[in-house]
Amino acid sequence: MSIAEKTKAMRSGVAIAGLLVAVSIAGGGVTTAAQAACDLQFKPEEGAELTMLRWKRFIQSEEDAFMKIVENFKNDCGVTINVQNESLDDVQPKASVAANVDQGPDMVWGLYSLPHLFPNKLVDVTDVADLLAEKYGPWVPSAVKYGKKAGTDEWIDIPIAYNGNYINYRKSALEKAGVDKVPATTDEFLEAARKMKEAGMPVGMALGHATGDGNAWVHWALWAHGGSLVDENDQVIINSPETKQAVEYVKELYGYMAPGVAAWNDSNNNKAFMSGEVGMTNNGASIYPAAKKDSPEIAEDMDHAAWPIGPVGKPTEFHIAYPMMIFTYSKYPNAAKGFIEYLFQPEQYDMWLQAAVAYLTPPLEKYESNSVFTDDPKLSVFADAARNTLTAGYEGSVGEKAASALAEFIVLDMFANAATGNMSVDDAIAQAERQAKRVYR
Amino acid sequence: MADAAIGTRAVPAEPTAWSRLKTNRHWLGAWFMMPAAAFLILFLAYPLGLGIWLSMTDARIGRDGIFVGLENFIWLADDPIFWLSVFNTLLYTGVASVFKFAIGLYLALLLNHHLPFKAFLRAMVLLPFIVPTVLSAIAFWWMYDPQFSIISWSLKELGWIDTNINFLGDPWNARWSVIFANIWRGVPFVAITLLAGLQTVPPSLYEAATIDGASRWQMFRYITYPMLTPIIAVVMTFSVLFTFTDFQLIWAITRGGPVNATHLMATLSYQRAILGGYLGEGAAISTAMIPFLLAAIMFSWFGLQRRKWQQGEADD
Repeated sequence: MSIAEKTKAMRSGVAIAGLLVAVSIAGGGVTTAAQAACDLQFKPEEGAELTMLRWKRFIQSEEDAFMKIVENFKNDCGVTINVQNESLDDVQPKASVAANVDQGPDMVWGLYSLPHLFPNKLVDVTDVADLLAEKYGPWVPSAVKYGKKAGTDEWIDIPIAYNGNYINYRKSALEKAGVDKVPATTDEFLEAARKMKEAGMPVGMALGHATGDGNAWVHWALWAHGGSLVDENDQVIINSPETKQAVEYVKELYGYMAPGVAAWNDSNNNKAFMSGEVGMTNNGASIYPAAKKDSPEIAEDMDHAAWPIGPVGKPTEFHIAYPMMIFTYSKYPNAAKGFIEYLFQPEQYDMWLQAAVAYLTPPLEKYESNSVFTDDPKLSVFADAARNTLTAGYEGSVGEKAASALAEFIVLDMFANAATGNMSVDDAIAQAERQAKRVYR
Repeated sequence: MADAAIGTRAVPAEPTAWSRLKTNRHWLGAWFMMPAAAFLILFLAYPLGLGIWLSMTDARIGRDGIFVGLENFIWLADDPIFWLSVFNTLLYTGVASVFKFAIGLYLALLLNHHLPFKAFLRAMVLLPFIVPTVLSAIAFWWMYDPQFSIISWSLKELGWIDTNINFLGDPWNARWSVIFANIWRGVPFVAITLLAGLQTVPPSLYEAATIDGASRWQMFRYITYPMLTPIIAVVMTFSVLFTFTDFQLIWAITRGGPVNATHLMATLSYQRAILGGYLGEGAAISTAMIPFLLAAIMFSWFGLQRRKWQQGEADD
């Protein structure tokens, strides 16, 4: 915390203390009303104030709703949360540094297995997880895996939502290419990609260091062919015939893709899709609402689809999990826990899901029936994201090793190396194996 | 008489060791240097030492490491990505520095002449240097965009190419692209500093040379260049150091991609340490930069600056 921030924090702390005094002087009426609304198991500490770091929103209405909840929490429970936004890719380094120096935001809302990079620095939230499961649960299977510290029953984070990452396509592009139905298998997908390239509306999926979109589709490709980085005992098994099949598949697919995908980050595909440069990509439900707002004809023309099934014969989806974690250095762990509990109250959480227009998928069963997934049939595919997603590390543990492997883009670089011709298929796999063995030693 | 007079004086007490120390010129010198030394130790030596220490541990984020000796370096020695980043860094630094020097010197010579709007032109040259690196990096990122590059678009409109140039998607294209961006950004520093150096060359030397019938090349070779050598040494040392340790430009444009083709040692160190969580290994990559940097400094100081007149002696 810089000096300026400290002063600011101190000043607002003083202001809040003043406010509390004023409130208590004004009489008990106000306080009791606030306490009634603040019906929480986790009672915030006296004078608690929190800072939270979250990823910068992709959907404005989602952020507005989230800030509304923050404001409601302040009104009901008297706890101010100072929310800082960082771009998706910058949340992890900031959180890592905070963990290392024991200073920074009280809570971080990150992604994937980030909490598992520094499990010892996080507040045990098993009690919160149990309470939420009892009230709104059960948790979807992957939430349990993401939440618990590897090999224990201790929850170190609460996956508060998921971001479904599915196929986005233009109906007109499929028509133009003579593809009569949305590809349901990996073979059909390859065939469709070939035709779409010929029709000048190619597929484009990020093969650069794109944390969300890049990781989502390469893991799908790997798992769909039966490959995996590690087995259930965290033994590295990436060097397998299945992986080779997957890499060769991606290499061929890459040939049909829009040029330059090896340089794409998480934002390139949105731009390319909106401008009509590509007819199909993979993305969360953020292109669609943007199109609805700015170019209704694209919104009309586009739709979403589930990932094609590969040779393994079952869905192999990889969606972003959004875990919320509390650092042990926080002075107000109960207030932070209280906020998570508050967030999941139906009047807050349902409102938030609606505002996120299917960009977020709930981790608890009760909220799966939210009408946001049924009102617009084009968004229905996102309802299953949390339930269907596999976890980072697949059958292996979701620990710091899986988090490191993901942060190092081992799988993504393996595909990119082979697809761009930078390395032979075998060399690319061998390099990934070597890196993975280092991480999983 | 005189002896008697002295004898009557009270004999001063033998000065204590402390008071002698207080007045000793050498000790005083040491005392006066203490604040500066403390600053250097606190802000330079300590972080450097800590970095080197970290590189010999298996520290991870949020957890202290234990001493593992050279294990990190042994692992890196066998890591193709690390060697790729060393190669990239050397290429990046080498090519960019040569071009920055050549273009910078050329610009400096040009601006040293009497031109119309001289002050304005000199200010303009500084522009790339004034713009924050990240801003210019983002501008380049847009210019190199696979789909919306203005360069590709212009060339396509002119009918010179049919498809977009794959600036950042192909390893070698990406390397040249980031090197170009670095040169663009680094030239003003070299140009303006050399210009300052040029203005210290006494005009009388040129007058004398003109009378002797020297050609323009001879004037440059035997007057300008030798007079400029010390400042060239300084400016190029800085330029090489900045380029070698560059981070922002790469991170904003390519993040080390595609497939690690533009990873420099600095970016790889960051990725391994902060993103991957391996603080020890990341520190080892940073530590591995030190010998290269030392070599660059040694080269410029001992190679370029050994001029007798610099030590106050006549140049022969």
